[in-house]
Amino acid sequence: MTSRTLPKTTDERLVEAGLLKRLLTRPELGALGGAILVWIIFAVIAGNRGFLSLQGTASYLEVSSYLGILAVAIALLMIGGEFDLSIGSMIGAAGATIAVLGSVFGVPLWLASLIALGVALLVGFINGTMVIRTKLPSFIITLGSLFILRGLTIALTRIFTGRTQVGSLDQLEGYEVLRTLFGGSISIGGAAFPISIVWWLAITVLATWVLMRTRFGNWIFSAGGNAEAARNVGVPVNRVKVTLFMATAAAAWLVATIQLTVVKSADTLRGTQQEFIAIIAAVIGGNLLTGGYGSAVGAALGALIFGMVRQGIVYAGIDADWFQVFLGAMLIVAVLVNNFIRDQAEKARR
Amino acid sequence: MMNRVPLLEVRNISKYFGNVVALKDVSMSVYDSEVMCLLGDNGAGKSTLIKILSGVYKPDEGEYLVEGKPVNFNSPRDALDHGIATVYQDLAMIPLMSIARNFFLGSEPTKGWGPFRRFDIDFANRTARAEMAKMGIDIRDPSQPVGTLSGGERQSVAIARAVYFGARVLILDEPTAALGVKQAGVVLRYIAQARARGLGVIFITHNPHHAYAVGDRFTILKRGRTFGTFTKDELSREEMVRMMSGADELDALSHELSEFARREATEAARIDKQLAESLEEAEEIFEHDSSSEQKG
Repeated sequence: MTSRTLPKTTDERLVEAGLLKRLLTRPELGALGGAILVWIIFAVIAGNRGFLSLQGTASYLEVSSYLGILAVAIALLMIGGEFDLSIGSMIGAAGATIAVLGSVFGVPLWLASLIALGVALLVGFINGTMVIRTKLPSFIITLGSLFILRGLTIALTRIFTGRTQVGSLDQLEGYEVLRTLFGGSISIGGAAFPISIVWWLAITVLATWVLMRTRFGNWIFSAGGNAEAARNVGVPVNRVKVTLFMATAAAAWLVATIQLTVVKSADTLRGTQQEFIAIIAAVIGGNLLTGGYGSAVGAALGALIFGMVRQGIVYAGIDADWFQVFLGAMLIVAVLVNNFIRDQAEKARR
Repeated sequence: MMNRVPLLEVRNISKYFGNVVALKDVSMSVYDSEVMCLLGDNGAGKSTLIKILSGVYKPDEGEYLVEGKPVNFNSPRDALDHGIATVYQDLAMIPLMSIARNFFLGSEPTKGWGPFRRFDIDFANRTARAEMAKMGIDIRDPSQPVGTLSGGERQSVAIARAVYFGARVLILDEPTAALGVKQAGVVLRYIAQARARGLGVIFITHNPHHAYAVGDRFTILKRGRTFGTFTKDELSREEMVRMMSGADELDALSHELSEFARREATEAARIDKQLAESLEEAEEIFEHDSSSEQKG
C-alpha cells in the first residue's frame, strides 16, 4: 500500500527502474542470454571452420526452424496448462497420410496434404476432448496417443504399401504446389536459406501477437494460471484448451509437410522423440511446466539454441554423441537460471 | 429504509443434499448502500447460501427475488448478468498474470476489426489503475503480476473489478479470513467504500469484530437455520457471539472461558479502535474523491 500523497514520486521511480525491471521479468530473457552465449562459444571454437559463414548460418537455422515451429506451438499449449507428447507421432502420421494418399490412392499431393491437416486437427481435437472429459493429466492421455498414433501409422502404411517408407514423392501429381510453398529456399549471398525459416519466424510472430495482444491470449494465460478462477469470470477454458491441442497437432502437420517436401519421401518413424526436444526448447525459453507463464519468442530462442548446438558440434569436429549429454544438461541449467531470474524479478518489484 | 425494494432478497429458502438439511427456511435481504453481514460458525450453511445467491446451486424451496422480481439462476453467469457479483476468497485472481489482465479477464476490451481485433492493453492498464485509485489504492504499475500484491490488495482488485463491471450486489466470501488485522482493515475499508458508492454488500464472515465494524444489519445462521436479521442497535457484539456459537453451550463453558473472555475483550477493544481509524480514513478519501469528481 502506497499512501495517496505520493503518486508523483512513485511514477518517477517507475520510469527510472522500468526498463531493467521489464527486461528481467520477461520469460525469454534466460533463453536470449543462452542463445548469445552458445553463439559466442561456437563462433570462437568453430568460427574458422564455417560456423560463421552464411552457409553455416543457414544450416543451423534450418534445423532450428523445424523444431521452432513445434516448440512455439507446444509453448502456447504449456502456457495454457497442458502437455502434448503425441506431436512426434503426429509428424510421422501426417507424413504417412500424405504419402499413402498420394502414391496408393492417386490423390494430388497438395490435396493429400490438406486432408492430412484435417486428420491432424481431428487428432488434436480428440486429445483435447479426452483430457477435458476424463480430467486425467494430459501427460497420460497424450502418452497414450503417442503410441496409438505411431502404431496406427506403421500398421496402416504397411497394409497399404507393404513398407514403412514411401519414396519418390516428387514424381507424383501436385508435388510442385507443395515445393513452392514448403520446399523452396531464398538465396542470400550465395547461401540457400530454406523457406521453413520463414514459416518458423511467421509462426513465432503470430503466436506472440495472439498471446500478448488478443483476448484469446489472455484466456490462454488464465487457463494455465488458474482454470477455476478463469471459469468463474466466464472464460471458455475448455474451448481454449481444445483449440491449443488442435494448433499443436497442426504445427506437427506443418513440420511433416515441409520435411516430406524437402526429402521427397515419408517415413513412419519420422518425428520420433521430437516431442521431448520441443518441450525442452519451450522450457529453455522460460515456459513453466505448470502453465500460466511463458513466451513464444522464448520457445523460438530455445529452438535456436538447439539448432546452433546440433550444427555447431559438427562444425567444431566434436563427436555428435555428446549432443544428447549437452541437451539434457542444458535443460536443467535453463530451468535453474529461469527460476533464479524470476525470483529476482519478483523481489525487484517489491 | 424498510419500505424500499431490496436489491436482493431470499424468502424461506431450503436446500437439501440427500437426507442432509443444509438450509431450512432461511430469509434475508440486502438494500442498496448497505452492508449486510452473514454470520455463522463453520457448518452453519453460509457456503450453501452463498452458492444459491451466486447461481451455483438452485434452492429446493423458497423464493429468490432481485429488485422485487422472482429469478431462477442456472449459472453464476446468470447472476452476474443480474448485477450480482461474488468475490471468492481464494479463487479470485491469477497470480502470474498482470493486474490489468486479471481485471479484464473474460471481458477484455478490444479495438480494431476483423482479424486485427486486438486486446486494448493500454485501455486496460489505464482503467485498472484509475479504478484502483477510486478505491484509494495507488498501483504503481498495472502490468505487474497480481502475485506481487498482498492478500488484502488482491481482494480489493476483485472488488474493484466487480464494481467496474456493473455489480449492484457484491457477495464477499470470507474476504478477511486469511488476513492479518491490518490487512483485514484494508479490506473492510473497501467494503465501506463500496457501500458509499451505493452498492449492496453481503459480507460473509465468522469474525464478529469484522462484521460489527462495517455491518448495518446482521443475519446469523446456525445449523442451517437463521436467528433472523438484526440491525446494529438491536444487537450487541456479545449477543452476536452468543448466538453464533449457541447460548447454552456458551453458558456451560462460561466459567472456563472467563479468563479467555477478559483477554478477548482487551483485544477486541484494540481491534475496534484500529478498524474505526481506518474506516474514518476511508470516508475521508471517499469524500475527497467525490468532491474532486464534482469539480471535474
